[in-house]
Amino acid sequence: MEKFTVLTGVAAPLPMINVDTDMIIPKQFLKTIKRTGLGKNLFDEMRYDDTGAEIPGFVLNQAAWRNATILVAGDNFGCGSSREHAPWALLDFGIRCIIAPSFADIFYNNCFKNGILPIKLPQEQVDALMDDAQRGANATVTVDLEKQTIQGPDGGTIAFEVDPFRKHCLLNGLDDIGLTLQKADKIKAFEAKQQREEPWLATPGAMA
Amino acid sequence: MAQARTLFDKIWDSHLVDVQEDGTCLLYIDRHMVHEVTSPQAFEGLATSGRKVAHPERTLALADHNVPTTDRSVGITDPESRTQVEALEANVKAFGVPYFGMDDIRQGIVHIVGPEQGFTLPGMTIVCGDSHTATHGAFGSLAFGIGTSEVEHVLATQTLVQAPAKNMLVHVNGALGKGVTAKDLVLHICGVLGTAGGTGYVIEYAGDAVRALSMEGRMTVCNMTIEAGARAGLIAPDQTTFDYLAGRPLAPKGAAWEAAITYWKTLKTDDGAHFDRVIEIDAASIEPTVTWGTSPEDVAPISATVPNPADARDEGKATAMQRSLDYMDLKAGQPLEGVPVDVVFIGSCTNGRIEDLRAAASIAKGRKVADGVQALVVPGSGLVKEQAEAEGLDEIFKAAGFEWREPGCSMCLAMNADKLKPGQRSASTSNRNFEGRQGRGGRTHLVGPEMAAAAAVTGHLTDVRKLT
Repeated sequence: MEKFTVLTGVAAPLPMINVDTDMIIPKQFLKTIKRTGLGKNLFDEMRYDDTGAEIPGFVLNQAAWRNATILVAGDNFGCGSSREHAPWALLDFGIRCIIAPSFADIFYNNCFKNGILPIKLPQEQVDALMDDAQRGANATVTVDLEKQTIQGPDGGTIAFEVDPFRKHCLLNGLDDIGLTLQKADKIKAFEAKQQREEPWLATPGAMA
Repeated sequence: MAQARTLFDKIWDSHLVDVQEDGTCLLYIDRHMVHEVTSPQAFEGLATSGRKVAHPERTLALADHNVPTTDRSVGITDPESRTQVEALEANVKAFGVPYFGMDDIRQGIVHIVGPEQGFTLPGMTIVCGDSHTATHGAFGSLAFGIGTSEVEHVLATQTLVQAPAKNMLVHVNGALGKGVTAKDLVLHICGVLGTAGGTGYVIEYAGDAVRALSMEGRMTVCNMTIEAGARAGLIAPDQTTFDYLAGRPLAPKGAAWEAAITYWKTLKTDDGAHFDRVIEIDAASIEPTVTWGTSPEDVAPISATVPNPADARDEGKATAMQRSLDYMDLKAGQPLEGVPVDVVFIGSCTNGRIEDLRAAASIAKGRKVADGVQALVVPGSGLVKEQAEAEGLDEIFKAAGFEWREPGCSMCLAMNADKLKPGQRSASTSNRNFEGRQGRGGRTHLVGPEMAAAAAVTGHLTDVRKLT
């Protein structure tokens, strides 16, 4: 996983609530067996018409936001399915940070596993950043994870909260599995206890 | 005396492997279901890092999203779908994971098969790379959807790094009225909570109306918990649960069954346990319910009219509502009853179980699918299909003009060949009415199985109570 430290880039405004994972990456693109290559189909049905041509009005089709690395969106971003293809598509397009008043739980988790920082902010602060984002390429935003701050184009700074463990993993690009395997003894001890107390759990169809 | 705990607290506490100083928990996972869409990258990750599947015996793999629901003797014709299923077959072989193949009678939708086999049991932690894993909570197990990175983590370690959820109680008093089902109840709850209302919570469903539900009905309710934003729904196990599980192939037997029952009877929320949020619902107030928009919270009783965005709670919701109405080609104030449909889909992990098919067949019996309507019945598993055929339900459906298909996810998310064409409108027993969910430009009205069958035979959204 790529580290996330300081990100400076263009923020794209997507002022919609309940952006669901079917919008982020429709199911016809879930047939891949790879993590990469989904960026071109990010927001596919909002981004392209039936012939595959770009819909000029969609934010990521406009020159100012084609290279956006930050997305500012409405409430409950990422609701719906558990598909990790959603953060993979965002990442493949180049989005490393999403700012919204709230996120769906599974999507929120999935972001951290892929080096994407989802930031929850109060509605007024999202509204202000949405206004900044509307100004396009002339208005870059800097997100500093170590300091937990967002610096807008006019120099104003907004602080944000992030879970300390997730911050640590993101700053260092740490692999969760490696960390968990360091606790192998504790896992073994748990399994031994469960085998004693609830033997039917360890073996499907247990007889004894 | 020990502090009063909720059912969620009890399951959570009994699965903690480790709690870090910062509060991050390592949770043991009892059962892991794997399907072809969200697993290939996880197996690839294992292979790349030289890791094994820690507990293949606690894992069960199935292909469901991509499988054809028509004649399977020709295999899968779509090359991408075929590649994904072949990748799963290669992975389960390489990693020694139990697998029900496409020609196995036990094949079906993961969330139908797990309970059917007794793979799902009370008090467990269960995960799958699929948000409708919430279904298994109907057994009083903590079951939730995870992403592919977490699938890899569970495969490698049989654990997950998790933060505890908050507790919500949805208490459903009284009894559901005639012609009102578990699906109507959960659609109503989605409307009350909104799609983000459950974010950060695990929801426990309780009350007389919930106790009165069959296991199939309880699974329908827990299944759509994710549509209200909560990752997991829970219903405390009781005699209904035990009766359902007794004799299932992977349920414990003999002394192990007795020991399990004794433990399972302790799996309920203690008196006085704290819930962070409590919602009271009056079951008798619920009508057969349909969705009118493109979010599962956009629900209304069938007797109602399409709501007006001008009445929305805020500007963001008003904008979303107008976008939904434009997409759905509906007008504010238009009666929902009478909206014509092109396609009817009966199936999915929400409503693809035997009881759902019986309910739909009771409406279809002696009637004909309306002219111009295509109606599909897709059983949730091979065993559901076999049972339905033993009861003659297939003949009832076929005589009425419904198509009788092979099991799979099918038109719930249209990853296989079953999909809506642009502009087509469906009455569907599935769980999501998002834009494009059932096919690009397709328009979905979520309903229960009886309501779906009623729409099929009348050709439009219909109050099923008028047909019974």
